[in-house]
Amino acid sequence: MHELGIVFHIVKSVEEIAAENQASKVNKVVLQIGEVSTIIPYYLKDCWKWKCSKSELMEGCELEIETIPAITFCEDCKETYGTVEYGKICPYCGSEHTYLKQGNEHEIKEIEVT
Amino acid sequence: MKDYKIIEVKRSIFEDNDADARRLREELAAEGTYLLNLMSSPGAGKTTTLKRTISMLKEELKIGIMEADIDSDVDAKAISETGVRTIQIHTGGMCHLDADMTRQGIREFGTHDLDLVVLENVGNLVCPAEFDTGSTKNAMILSVPEGDDKPLKYPLMFSICDVVLINKCDTLCVFDDFCKEAVEERIHKLNPKAEVFFISAKTGEGFEKWIGWLRKELKEYRK
Repeated sequence: MHELGIVFHIVKSVEEIAAENQASKVNKVVLQIGEVSTIIPYYLKDCWKWKCSKSELMEGCELEIETIPAITFCEDCKETYGTVEYGKICPYCGSEHTYLKQGNEHEIKEIEVT
Repeated sequence: MKDYKIIEVKRSIFEDNDADARRLREELAAEGTYLLNLMSSPGAGKTTTLKRTISMLKEELKIGIMEADIDSDVDAKAISETGVRTIQIHTGGMCHLDADMTRQGIREFGTHDLDLVVLENVGNLVCPAEFDTGSTKNAMILSVPEGDDKPLKYPLMFSICDVVLINKCDTLCVFDDFCKEAVEERIHKLNPKAEVFFISAKTGEGFEKWIGWLRKELKEYRK
C-alpha cells in the first residue's frame, strides 16, 4: 500500500549514491526485503518501472529483490521457527515470550552503475 | 575490462527520510513549535477529538492544525470553525506523509508564532507508522467500536506512539466485549512507555487527563 512512497525514497537515495560515484547510469538495484517487513515486492516492482521511466539516470534499471525469511526465537525453549507459519506463539512449547530474529529488513544492498 | 561497477550500499530504505525527519525536528525545536503527529484509522474521531482539545486549550496556547488527506477539505472546514489556523494538505493519493511533505506543509503554513501544531495524518494504521514525519511526538486514537484486538493486528503503529487515546468510551455499554484492561495490556506489551487515556470526544469524558498530559509536554518542551 505504501510501496509508491518507498520507491520514491529508494530512487532518491540511489540518485545520491550515483552522483557521489560520478555514475551516468544505474543498471541494477539490489534490495533486501524481510518477509514480514510489510513491503510487498510485487507492488514495489510495479511502482519501480513507472518511477524509473521518469529519470534518465534510472531508465530501464533492473530491480532485484532478495527476500529474507522471517524467523522467530523463543526465549523459553531457545528454539527458532518460521514466523509466517506460527506467528507469535512458539510451536514447540506454546510460550508467548518470543521475538523476531530476522525478517523485518528493508535495505538497499548494492547498486550496479556505469 | 568490466564497464560497470557494483557499489555496496547497505543502507535502510527509510534512511533518507529518517535523516530528513531529524532535521525537521531540530528546526521546530529551535523555533519552539511542538508538532504532534496524530494518527488513527478513518472514523476513529480525530477531528472531533481535536475540536474539543482546541476548545480547552485555545485560551492558553497558540494552536495550528494541519489536515492531511488524500483529497477534499471537509476536515479543514470543520476545524476552521473553532477559530484556529488551519491548512489542508493533499497527499495526491499517497497513503501517508513523509518528512519532506510535512516540511513543505509547515513552511507553507508558517508556524513561527505557534506553540502547538497538530498534524492530522491520513486515516490509516499501516503506512504512517513507517514514515517518521519529523514530529516532536506521535499520538494515535483507537476507538472502542474498532475492537480491543487492534494492537495485535497493527503492532508497528502502537509501538511508535507516545500516547494512545481510546476514544468513544461512551459506547462501551453497546460494545461490551471491548475490554479496557486487555487493550491497555496489549499496548504496554508492545510499548511499555506509551501513555493510555480513555476518552469520549463526544461527552468530554477523560479529557482532563489527556489535556493535562499535553500541558505537561508543552511545558517541558519549552524549557
